[in-house]
Amino acid sequence: MSTNRKTLKLSRFRKHPAAILVVLLVGLFTTGGLYSVGANAANKMTGREAVVDIESIMSDPASIDQGNRLFATGCATCHGLKAQGTSDGPTLIGVGAASVHFQVATGRMPMGAPGAQVMRKKPIYSEEQSLQLAAYVASLSPGPAIPTDEQLDWMDAELAEGGELFRSNCAQCHAFAGRGGALTEGKYAPSLMLATPIQIYEAMITGPQAMPIFNDKTLTVEEKQAVIKYIEYLKDSPNPGGLELGRYGPVTEGLFLFTIVIGALIAAAIWIGVKAK
Amino acid sequence: MSNSVNQGPIDKSIDGTVKYLDDRFSTAGFIKRNMRKVFPDHWSFMLGEIALYSFIILLLSGTYLTFFYKPSMLEIVYDGSYLPLKGIKMSEAYASTLEISFDVRGGLLMRQIHHWAALLFVASVSIHLLRVFFTGAFRKPREINWLIGTGLLTLAIFEGFSGYSLPDDLLSGTGLRIASGIVLAIPVVGTYASYLVFGGEFPGLDFMSRLYTIHVLLIPGILLGLITAHLMMVWYQKHTQYPGPGRTNNNVVGYPLLPVYMAKAGGFFFIVFGILVLVSALVTINPIWAYGPYIPDQVTAGSQPDWYIGWLDGSTRLMPNWEITIPGLFTLSLNVLIPTLILPGLMFTILGLYPWIEQWITGDKRAHHLLERPRNNPNRTGLGVMALTFYAILWISGGNDIIAQMLNLSINAITITMRAMLIIAPPIAFVITKRICLSLQHKDKELLLHGEPTGRLLRLPSGEFIEIHEPVSDAKRAVLLSRTELPMLPVPASHDANGVKTPNLWAKKLQRRLSHWWSVDQVPLPTVAELESATEHTLHELSEAQEQGVELTKDTPAPTSNH
Repeated sequence: MSTNRKTLKLSRFRKHPAAILVVLLVGLFTTGGLYSVGANAANKMTGREAVVDIESIMSDPASIDQGNRLFATGCATCHGLKAQGTSDGPTLIGVGAASVHFQVATGRMPMGAPGAQVMRKKPIYSEEQSLQLAAYVASLSPGPAIPTDEQLDWMDAELAEGGELFRSNCAQCHAFAGRGGALTEGKYAPSLMLATPIQIYEAMITGPQAMPIFNDKTLTVEEKQAVIKYIEYLKDSPNPGGLELGRYGPVTEGLFLFTIVIGALIAAAIWIGVKAK
Repeated sequence: MSNSVNQGPIDKSIDGTVKYLDDRFSTAGFIKRNMRKVFPDHWSFMLGEIALYSFIILLLSGTYLTFFYKPSMLEIVYDGSYLPLKGIKMSEAYASTLEISFDVRGGLLMRQIHHWAALLFVASVSIHLLRVFFTGAFRKPREINWLIGTGLLTLAIFEGFSGYSLPDDLLSGTGLRIASGIVLAIPVVGTYASYLVFGGEFPGLDFMSRLYTIHVLLIPGILLGLITAHLMMVWYQKHTQYPGPGRTNNNVVGYPLLPVYMAKAGGFFFIVFGILVLVSALVTINPIWAYGPYIPDQVTAGSQPDWYIGWLDGSTRLMPNWEITIPGLFTLSLNVLIPTLILPGLMFTILGLYPWIEQWITGDKRAHHLLERPRNNPNRTGLGVMALTFYAILWISGGNDIIAQMLNLSINAITITMRAMLIIAPPIAFVITKRICLSLQHKDKELLLHGEPTGRLLRLPSGEFIEIHEPVSDAKRAVLLSRTELPMLPVPASHDANGVKTPNLWAKKLQRRLSHWWSVDQVPLPTVAELESATEHTLHELSEAQEQGVELTKDTPAPTSNH
């Protein structure tokens, strides 16, 4: 025992009066440090990248020029050299910066393979490049702009109102918990669990693929913010009932019943029914 | 033949209680007769028990829920503790369900126990029904109890659906909307019936309180009565048993109710209760708060019923959009009428009448207390699997949107495939099942005649290799020999001995043809002579093996392993 006491084990100090204070400080600094790193990378609240000044990129001729070059190599094959559209892709005249940013930043464009629906995937372009592409397309003709910080200020929106709006306008395709749902012919409404506030806003004002457009007359800015607040709530709301089984409704509940519950009960019945030896 | 149990000296305290009761109610005779009643033992006999226990749990948890639930369609503004719905207008029914979930102590657990138990109740009734069907336990004299069982299943489905509808959330409201559509689809009287049921235009203000009475009083009352009748019949007619050594059509081999089954059944109740509480405490079921209140102009993707309605949802999804308008009179909505009323009506009628249908086909009017192994009645087993396949395809189709979403498939392609499968797959399932059954019959005959292969090879002096077979154990032999050959009706005579024409000859001819089809393929049982010579052969082979110095214990290594 005496030799043990001499070794330099960290656990020696665990009963030291200052131990709690030190652990607390270390914990706080780690969390704070990690947070500041994360906060620099992207504004968690809106999904807009804090280091990039969107508005200045949009109006900067150099970035429009850069966007033009990116467009010529990555997009022109289908959308045409002047974004006028070809037989393989629609025209982008008038789609606006919001549409380009949504499609590129969610990885849907450039498209992997033609199919019933373009899927979300890891973005190919950096956030800055996406914005440059958006700036270029927006410079051709006006269209819905990328939402501003003020438009994305959803934190103070009404949660309950957002839920009501979500059930009236979104749930019929994206389902009650925003986990997505099937549409016709292989199309689908995607799960909203990965969509950032800025992407949700852009989707609402541009109506990508099968989605309708919710302009400011259909859903006001405040109502859009409420919808975003509800979706953000859905992403990490506590589940008071326990495991949520994917929140797909009674189908997964039935699956759980017939596999786990019935399985356990039949195992118990067999155990009881086994003849005592 | 019951196992004799030692009659030890009676415990003083029990003696006192028994005497007290006997002095007042003369119960000694009743107890003596019934507590020693013998029941056969098998795990599959406990499937019905699961249903009984989940029903008891449903009564208990349901009673707790009635203390707090308000069956009212009155519109109020929610002011409970669930923030995402605060200030939202909703029915009192939905608000009180939210209150149970968030503000009543133990309310959410009780709700989840009640809902999981409901799913389990219908599931265990269904699985119990399958066990009874595939083992032929419904045969004479138990046809009436089968009919009661069919009634129980039907009522359980209605009871489940009514409970699912009570919270008045977006999901259950959508379900009720479909129910109202089904009522509307009834030809001629549909509109009147719907107005009668809902007390006006859907959803109306009256329906929830009506449904509530039906859910907590009417159907549970009938269920309780029918369950009692069901159990009393099992008691009175005695339980069927699987074939085995010493088990005949005229006895029951097993253990007495007291103490063995009291302990087993009591213990199993707590296992069922325990598993249900555990699951309810850990796994969400029907998160009504996430669905929001029911408003007729809202709907959510992935709207699904609970599992036992899924097949009807599926039949509706598969049904082509057929509609006939009779000008000036009414519209015949075949697209709703066929999948939701005609099809289930037909299926449940066939289900309920099945014992009589089979009896008519086989002409078998004997009483059966010994269960039939599924392989020994290939057509019944085949028909059962065929019906299950049909059901399963409807069931899967009920979740076609979730399947499309999960597997990245086109929902249209799934629907078209399932339409084709609904017609093609059941007959294929029948043929395959029947073939498997007949193969198993061949295998059983093989076992009886040649014994069990031991996997040990023997090289004879002539250089020939033989595999040593051992006769099957007595227990197995009893099971194999339990098969009774399926009867075949004689060809009906067109006139009787007095030259009188046989009435309904066409029906008798059809019956004879079906009876022929039912039994013609069965593998004939080995005759007594065949059995004897086979035993002789096996014994001869064994003695030959012994002469070669092979020891006939299971763990002897094969003598030719080092040639």
